[in-house]
Amino acid sequence: MTVTCSEHPASLQGRPAMRRKVADAAALAAGYVALAMIAVPTIWVVAGVLQRAVPGWSWGVLTHTGAAGAGGLENEILGSLVLTAGTLVLAGGVGVLAGIYLAEYATGPAGAVLRGASEVLAGIPSIVLGYVGYLALVVALHWSFSLAAGLVTLAVMTVPYVMKSTEVALRQVPSAYREGAEALGFSPLQALRRISLRTALPGIVTGILVALAISVGETAPLLYTAGFTSANPSAALVHRPIAFLTYAIWTFYNQPSKSAVQLSFDAALILLVIVLLLIVVGRVIVSLSERHAETR
Amino acid sequence: MQRVTGGVAVIPMLALLFIIAVLLAQAWPAILLNGGGFFTHTSFDLGNTYGAIVNTHGVRHPQGASYGVLGWALGTVESSAIALVLAVPVSVFAALAISERLPAYLGRVVGLFLGTLAGIPSVIIGLWGALTIGPLLAHRVYPLLAHLAPKVPVLSFFTGGTGNGQGLLTSGIVLGVMIIPIVASTTRDLVHSVPKLPKEGGEALGMTDWEVARRVTLRWVGPGIVGASVLGLARALGETMAVAMVSGVVLSGSPGSIFAPITTIAATIVTQLDSAFTDTSGFAVSSLAEAGLVLVLITLAVNVAGRLLVRRVASTALPVGRGV
Repeated sequence: MTVTCSEHPASLQGRPAMRRKVADAAALAAGYVALAMIAVPTIWVVAGVLQRAVPGWSWGVLTHTGAAGAGGLENEILGSLVLTAGTLVLAGGVGVLAGIYLAEYATGPAGAVLRGASEVLAGIPSIVLGYVGYLALVVALHWSFSLAAGLVTLAVMTVPYVMKSTEVALRQVPSAYREGAEALGFSPLQALRRISLRTALPGIVTGILVALAISVGETAPLLYTAGFTSANPSAALVHRPIAFLTYAIWTFYNQPSKSAVQLSFDAALILLVIVLLLIVVGRVIVSLSERHAETR
Repeated sequence: MQRVTGGVAVIPMLALLFIIAVLLAQAWPAILLNGGGFFTHTSFDLGNTYGAIVNTHGVRHPQGASYGVLGWALGTVESSAIALVLAVPVSVFAALAISERLPAYLGRVVGLFLGTLAGIPSVIIGLWGALTIGPLLAHRVYPLLAHLAPKVPVLSFFTGGTGNGQGLLTSGIVLGVMIIPIVASTTRDLVHSVPKLPKEGGEALGMTDWEVARRVTLRWVGPGIVGASVLGLARALGETMAVAMVSGVVLSGSPGSIFAPITTIAATIVTQLDSAFTDTSGFAVSSLAEAGLVLVLITLAVNVAGRLLVRRVASTALPVGRGV
């Protein structure tokens, strides 16, 4: 096919064809280099943890408590699971309800303000959240380093993620579904519960899983709210500190003793497994529900 | 239902206001006593915490306490700037490749990588930075860079001792890796939102793929990409754990070389809060609150600016937080 150049944009006219081809090839190469620069660090980080954790791995770290870089990680693992479960309840509950409001009821500027505030809250540096949590919950409310202080701080941090994904998922429900429900005589609440929420469920669950992955991997908000202890978590909400996995990574990685560094990487490995599991389950849910939606 | 959910939806806004109010109240004594000097010098000096607590202008503090945020703020801005320089080109080219070149399934694979990278905890990226990539760069790459850089003004910033890998450049590189997911996935969604017709028009005119990308696609979503970069910047400015592990956390002054150790506001707060508790007058904690307030105001302004820019182009591409 021959193309006459008379219709080209003025700035392209007269540029030698060779130079344009070279620029095109260079851009393509830059694209592949860029993709490599996303994949390589991701694989490298994960492989680095595996490489340092696996050779010295002992299953005993799962079943022994410890502190100060010796013993096991049972207290940290259980603590992280308790904190994550708490986040699920607190951030999940608040985030889903708030997301429902934004998608179904909020109209005009009020919705925009609430949505903006939530998005901005997600941008507050995590150490600042931890610091405010320390000042307000640990000191002012006399909760001490405790499960409750850590939980509330984590929930404040992760609510925006749940809220956003709930809102987006509900907005993607086709309006024909709602109209159909209305035509069948459903009350608005019934339509929301039995049609909209059910259709949006995969998106909502995925958002919650992301929030959980983030909360289990956080360090800064917990250092000065949850504290640390060598004991396993108890039922006490306040006045009792609680251990968490990232504390072990952050505190043990540069200690002189070999066992401490090993524990640090053991904790990193366990944490990576949890986080990757949450992300993968989220992805699977999304792709399954997409396939389901296509065949419907 | 509307009332219940509406009441709950206000919680994030209340939390945001509460955070700023607590910081402001806690920082108030420090704002009064540190004055303008807080922004014009660099210092983290608790003063004589064993001596008597003195009272100046109604603020109780140890004799000789002095705080200045300048160097920490410079370290924050410089390391984030390096991160942007690295992350933005990678993100833009990757986004173009994903949506214009790759088949859909490969695009999903790259998306999986972006999601994973965004989800990897900051403290684990910090481990990689402190024990793997930092030392490697310091021994293999930085000496070469320092050797090649000419000893002329400005460029001499790239010369000097290359240290052990704890410093400004390593912090910038690690931050760059950490903000790629939010910048790249936002840019990808923006590029996806460009309508087909103008692109096909460009092709019909005989433009190469790169010319279509540069003159049609990127022009179409330009402000949005600036916004995505600004959101990445906000992320980098507030990043805490990874930077605390690779910056060296040197509390005095700004670096004379790109390889020298630095600190950022967030890294200073997380590493110095323990020692601040030893000041029984509470003035050290208050001064760190003032530093935190400075950080929050910077990240808030940057974050809001980024959101407005992205929203101008497409509201569907707006990410939350880390952009998972």
